[in-house]
Formats: sequence, structure tokens, C-alpha cells
Amino acid sequence: MLEVAGLTVSYGPIEAVREISLRVTEGTVVSLVGPNGAGKSTTLNALSGVVPAARGRILFQGRDITHLSPHQRVSQGIVQIPEGRLVLAGMTVRENLEMGAYRRPASEFKAGIAAVEARFPILAERRNALAGTLSGGEQQMLAIARGLMARPKLLLLDEPSLGLAPLLVKTIFDIVGELRSGGQTILLVEQNARQALLVSSHAYVMENGKIVLEGPAQQLMSDPAVISTYLGQALDAPASVA
Amino acid sequence: MNLLAQQLVNGLFIGSVYGLFAVGYTLVFGVLDILNLAHAAVFTLGGLVALWLVQTAGMSIWLAFPLATLFAGLLGLLLNQVAFAPLRKRADSQFSGLISSIAMAIIFEAVAMGLFGARSVRFPQGTVSVHIWHIAGVTITSLQVGIVLVAALLMVVLTLFIQRTRIGKAIRAVAESERAAMLLGVNVNGIIASTFLISSALGGAAGILYGLYFDALAPDMGRSIELKGLAVIILGGMGSIPGAILGGLAFGLSEVLTVAITGTSNLRDAVAFTVLFAILLIRPSGLLGRGKMREA
Repeated sequence: MLEVAGLTVSYGPIEAVREISLRVTEGTVVSLVGPNGAGKSTTLNALSGVVPAARGRILFQGRDITHLSPHQRVSQGIVQIPEGRLVLAGMTVRENLEMGAYRRPASEFKAGIAAVEARFPILAERRNALAGTLSGGEQQMLAIARGLMARPKLLLLDEPSLGLAPLLVKTIFDIVGELRSGGQTILLVEQNARQALLVSSHAYVMENGKIVLEGPAQQLMSDPAVISTYLGQALDAPASVA
Repeated sequence: MNLLAQQLVNGLFIGSVYGLFAVGYTLVFGVLDILNLAHAAVFTLGGLVALWLVQTAGMSIWLAFPLATLFAGLLGLLLNQVAFAPLRKRADSQFSGLISSIAMAIIFEAVAMGLFGARSVRFPQGTVSVHIWHIAGVTITSLQVGIVLVAALLMVVLTLFIQRTRIGKAIRAVAESERAAMLLGVNVNGIIASTFLISSALGGAAGILYGLYFDALAPDMGRSIELKGLAVIILGGMGSIPGAILGGLAFGLSEVLTVAITGTSNLRDAVAFTVLFAILLIRPSGLLGRGKMREA
């Protein structure tokens, strides 16, 4: 579905992402893990068109989208749920969801709202609240729900668990798991590599703007180098994969 | 007592024009965090173009008003394209935009002077048929009522547009976070251009009403309202549309009340700006401001 070849992104003289190539197959969850500052978010932003690609090509469903503007990419079905959620704080929960469906025909709206409110009952309850008054976890739910309102073909999920309490982190990853079961294609960026690998079928490891490792998630999880560098002690009990 | 009532009514009339001028002003600020200092020049050109349409092209004011308003809106698009869009990527775009909008204001004013001359001009007699009513000792003309109604209508339509419509919501989304709006699929540059179109159209409409109200138009008439408009949007809370409406009325009323109480117009501006100062002491973010303070 998505094919990135030799993508380089520069901020002035600094190359934040260097010559990376990756592929996301339809219906799978692929994760992009690595330390802070490795270029993961920059990669997603280049896929969304928020930052320009200096070199390389991005193919989506066989079409070259390297030079499309961000809103055109949303129309194509590439939807990012950004790090830090970026809910529209001064607008209501309902209006945030409406904005999620900005590029969708109005006829879909009712069904879309019903679907996300069924999945996230808290958003139905707080429909008329200003998004800025929601808790961090609720805002993350809203950000995900808003992203789903766009009916993404490819969902780019940037650090969905960042800054959330452990219980909420679990909730968020449960949601990712549910989306995967529903056939949603996802490219997931996470610092929480262990959790990310658990929900993914394939993964790429980034460091200093480059992809240094890639493979099936299962395989990476059992790679001693990955364990010692990215998973630490957390994978002592791999049997707890649930 | 009658004098006071008369002045209150007058304050309402002029305040509604200030409000209309200020909503356009504050709209651009709310979305871009940029002061468009050419707004007053668009106000002037709106008025002068309407006059030209009536006087030279022989149109009725009912046709000239929407056409000149549209023309002012197009000037807004031009402003955005020339003065703001090329600078948008710069880190100092707020400041550089401010400066380039001053340049555009000077150019617009020079164009107005070149096309319409430097003298004060007025709409031909009979442009609007005027009825005069005396109600409880207060004199009200149909022109004044018409001005308030048109200004109020435009402000209500704008408010509903921003609150309810798809584009209105996109404008609010861009005002909140350009990045978020972009990721939601909003064509941010298009929305910014639309914002300028709407803002300038309202500014131009305010200029026409102002010219009709005072029965005088001049290439430098924008100057008198420029500072007042700025005061009004600060008073109402920067970026707040209801704040600008309320601020406009408060400003208009404080002006006329000063004249009524002191008996001269010498202190008019001084008192109006003192009220501004006093309100900001109590509420630094303005009457309806969101209390968001900008870091230095």
C-alpha cells in the first residue's frame, strides 16, 4: 500500500531522515521504533506532506504522492494522528470529530459519528465539552476518533501512548489491536518499542535518521541486540504476550 | 435627558460601524496572529469605490454596496498574496507582515488619492432616501437605522458562518493550530485567503456605511478609524468576534457620552482611549479575551 524509497528529509543543513526505504502492506500494522530524535516523527510528517522530501519517492497505492500537499494526501486516505494529540482545544468534542471528517462527504457523517461514539462512549458523553477540558487520556481517544472519522486507508499513528498513565497505555494499545483486527492498515511510531512490536507484524528500527534494522516483529523481539538496546529488561517474560 | 438619550442612540449607530470594522480586523488577527494594518485602507477604498459606482456609474446604492463590498474582499485577497503569503514561512512573519501591511496601506491610500483626489467627497443627494422620525424627543433617521441593521446583519451572518459552516469551522481550526488543521485535510493557504476575503469585505462594507453616516469620504479617512479599530479589538479581546462587536459599541458609546457630558468634542478621543486603558487594567486580555498571554 505504501512504498517509500530513498526518502531524505532535511531541516536546513541537517538531514533528519537519510535515505530510508520502507513498505507497509495493506491490512497490517507496521511499527517504526527507535530512540528519541531518531527521525521517526519526521518520517511520518514527510509521509503526511507537512515537511517536504528532499530526495526520494513516496508511492501510495501505486501512485507517486511525493509532491502532493498535506490536504491532498488526506483526501487520498493518508491520515496522521499526531504526537501530542493536537486536539482543537477551543472547539467542542463534536466539532473536533466533524473536522476529522473534513475531507469526507457529508452523507457519511452520521454513520461515522455513531461508529466512533460506540467505540469511545466517553466522547458521546462529553460531546459538547470543549476538547481542551478533556483529560490527557480522553484527548488521545478524541485524537484517534477524529483520525478514524477521516476513514483512513493508511493510519499514521505518532506516539499514541506518550505521556499517558500505564493503564491508559494499555487501553490505547488495545485500541490499536482492535483496529488491526478490523483490517486497518497502520504505521505506528513508538518509543515504547515492546508494546509496539507486540501489535505489529513488521517493524523498522531507526537510529540517527537511518533504518538500522528491520524484520518481522516476532523476529525482532527475539533479537538479542534489539532486546538489549530497545526492550531492556521489559521482555523478561515474553510468554505474557496476550 | 433628551440630549443624553440622543447621544446614546448616536453612540449605537457609530458603534455598530466601529464593530463592523473591528470584526474584520480581529478575524485576521485571530487566525494568523498578524495585525493587518492595511485594513483601514481597504475600509477607505470600499467607501470610495461605492461612491464612484453611485456617482459615476450611476448605480443605486443597493447595487453599489454589495459590489464595493466584493471589491474590498478582492483587495483582501491581493493583500494576502502580496503582503503576507510570501513572508509566511519566515520565523518573523508576524513582524514582517505588519511592516508589509503598512506598505500596502500607503499604496492603497496613494491609489485612492490618485483616483479620487485628495478632497473630501460625499454621496450625491438622494442616494438613500431619508425619513426622519422623532421618538420621545430623540431624532432618528432611516439612514441611521439602515446602517445599524446592515452592520448588525453582517455581524450576525459572520458569527453564524464561523460557528456553523464547514469553512467557518476550518477557519477556527486554522486559528487554533495550523498544523492540526493541515493534518485534518484543511487547505490552510486556501482558508487563510478566504479569511482575508471575508475580513476585507467587512472592512469595505464598514467604510461605505461610515461614508454614508458622516456624509463625507476622503482618501485619509481610514486613519481616523485605524487606531480606534485597534483599540476596539484590544478592548474586546484580540481575536474575539463577539468581543469586537461589544468593543465597538462600548467605544462608540464612550465617545458620544464624552461629548454629551463635557459639551465639547475636544476630549472625545482622549476619554475613549482612557476607557480602553481602564478596562485593560482590570481585564488585561480584554472584555471577552481568552486570557492567553503571549510570551515576550
